[in-house]
Amino acid sequence: MRTHLVLGLAATLVTTGVLADVVAPGDVVFVEGAVEAPLTGVRGDPKAGRAVFANRKQGNCLACHVNGDLAELGFHGEVGPALDGVARRWSQAELRGIVTNSKMMFEGTIMPAFYIDSGYGRPLESFAGKSILTAQQVEDVVAYLLTLKEE
Amino acid sequence: MISGRFLIVLAIAAAGAATAQDDNVLVVEGAQLVTETRAPAHIEHVGTIYSGWRFRSGETQVLQTDDFENPAMIFVDQAMDLWDKVDGEAGKACASCHENVAQFAGLRTRLPRVKNGELVTMENLINACRTGRMKAVPWKWSEGKMTAMTALIGLQSRGMPINVAIDGPAASFWEKGREIYYTPVGQLQMACANCHEDNYGLMIRADHLSQGQSNGFPTYRLKNAKLNSIHGRFRGCMKNIRAIPYKEGSDEFKALELYLASRGQGLSVETPSVRN
Ligand code: HEC
Ligand code: HEC
Ligand code: HEC
Repeated sequence: MRTHLVLGLAATLVTTGVLADVVAPGDVVFVEGAVEAPLTGVRGDPKAGRAVFANRKQGNCLACHVNGDLAELGFHGEVGPALDGVARRWSQAELRGIVTNSKMMFEGTIMPAFYIDSGYGRPLESFAGKSILTAQQVEDVVAYLLTLKEE
Repeated sequence: MISGRFLIVLAIAAAGAATAQDDNVLVVEGAQLVTETRAPAHIEHVGTIYSGWRFRSGETQVLQTDDFENPAMIFVDQAMDLWDKVDGEAGKACASCHENVAQFAGLRTRLPRVKNGELVTMENLINACRTGRMKAVPWKWSEGKMTAMTALIGLQSRGMPINVAIDGPAASFWEKGREIYYTPVGQLQMACANCHEDNYGLMIRADHLSQGQSNGFPTYRLKNAKLNSIHGRFRGCMKNIRAIPYKEGSDEFKALELYLASRGQGLSVETPSVRN
């Protein structure tokens, strides 16, 4: 039943061309943890990325990372490194790889893979078969990370 | 008593910002509890185990030091009423057969344990009496009456060290619990160990991560102003990582409960504890 629904949906999207230039989660190519090619044809928007980063139901990156650029939100987590100046430490392709699937860059990391839609066990039904972020949201977050130049 | 409390508050103020566990000493009603001890040999990646109390804020900590301040005690009082109340077709109350609740001192430290080939928890034992001996309807795993009764019975062991059996007939259950503890689940692909073993002491957003010990359960949470069962807490942690939780009372959660208790071997029972 579920399979049929998913197939049906994919067919509609393809025929309408909406997802024509979106790389599906399973098709992302990693080279040493980095992803060279953008996941969509639409350039990432740093402003939208900042919102995704902060949103608890989307990136929720503040759960684990300090980020001085979002100081107004308070309660930044400390499980991962502070992201101030992260654009100086990593290239765009590396950041895209880290946000898409951090486990390709950091083996066994607690950081979730934000753009995979399978390979995880017992997902709550409403999240099954889905990625945490959409391809465009990944591009937006990467664009935002590239603005974090100050240590 | 009053001066003792004052000292605790001062120590808390001096501890300052939340990094790792603090150095505070838990004294409840004049008796000192063990909130830190060497990890048992069967725990691989942790040298010292700490009660969750050590990771809470000073305001939360102090609530547990005095039974008049402890908001969980209202529920313990309710359970004392239930203890004497006749219920079910057999026309019995707990008090009809059990002379007093103090006879259960030490029981909480040894649960869950294997009985007739099955792993049983406090909830199972209570419901066995309700259905089998009182001919009364079983209480639901986490309903108010059940958590109140598990708190009352658990309180009889307060201050005693957790001491569950993990060998012999318990070994296979323990192995199963261990496997669940280390298996990543949910859309966020996390295992209990990712947070409670690898990252305890750190802030995850506004939460100060503890080792996820079970010695304080059932726990009064300021967040929902009621007593919370161990399995209820497991559910919450699993849902947060977007995983389908196992059912309360399931074989999986009972095995996990045994494994977790074994990770806290030697910590004092704090039932009923206060957390945020
Ligand atoms: C559950 C915690 C957690 C969450 C949530 C999380 N991260 Fe991470 N992140 C980590 C950890 C831990 C590391 C360090 C890598 C490792 O495990 O060795 C890391 C590393 C990184 C790095 C590399 C930083 C550096 O300077 O080396 C970037 C960039 C990053 N994360 C971005 C993000 C973004 C963007 C989000 C939200 C979309 C996010 N993280 C969400 C835990 C997390
Ligand atoms: C009709 C008599 C009877 C009633 C009523 C009764 N019990 Fe029991 N209960 C027993 C007997 C008999 C045992 C088994 C003792 C043993 O195995 O050593 C037992 C065992 C227990 C145990 C396990 C003790 C252990 O060491 O394993 C708990 C806990 C318990 N009862 C709680 C309760 C509670 C709470 C109530 C009321 C809701 C209750 N009982 C009502 C007779 C009764
Ligand atoms: C994303 C991180 C995370 C994961 C994964 C996680 N928990 Fe938790 N857990 C928390 C937080 C945050 C709290 C509340 C603060 C604390 O005590 O750590 C908590 C609290 C607890 C507590 C209460 C501790 C106390 O002292 O009252 C227990 C028990 C617990 N978790 C068990 C588990 C188990 C078992 C698993 C695996 C099924 C699990 N947790 C997975 C974050 C997590």
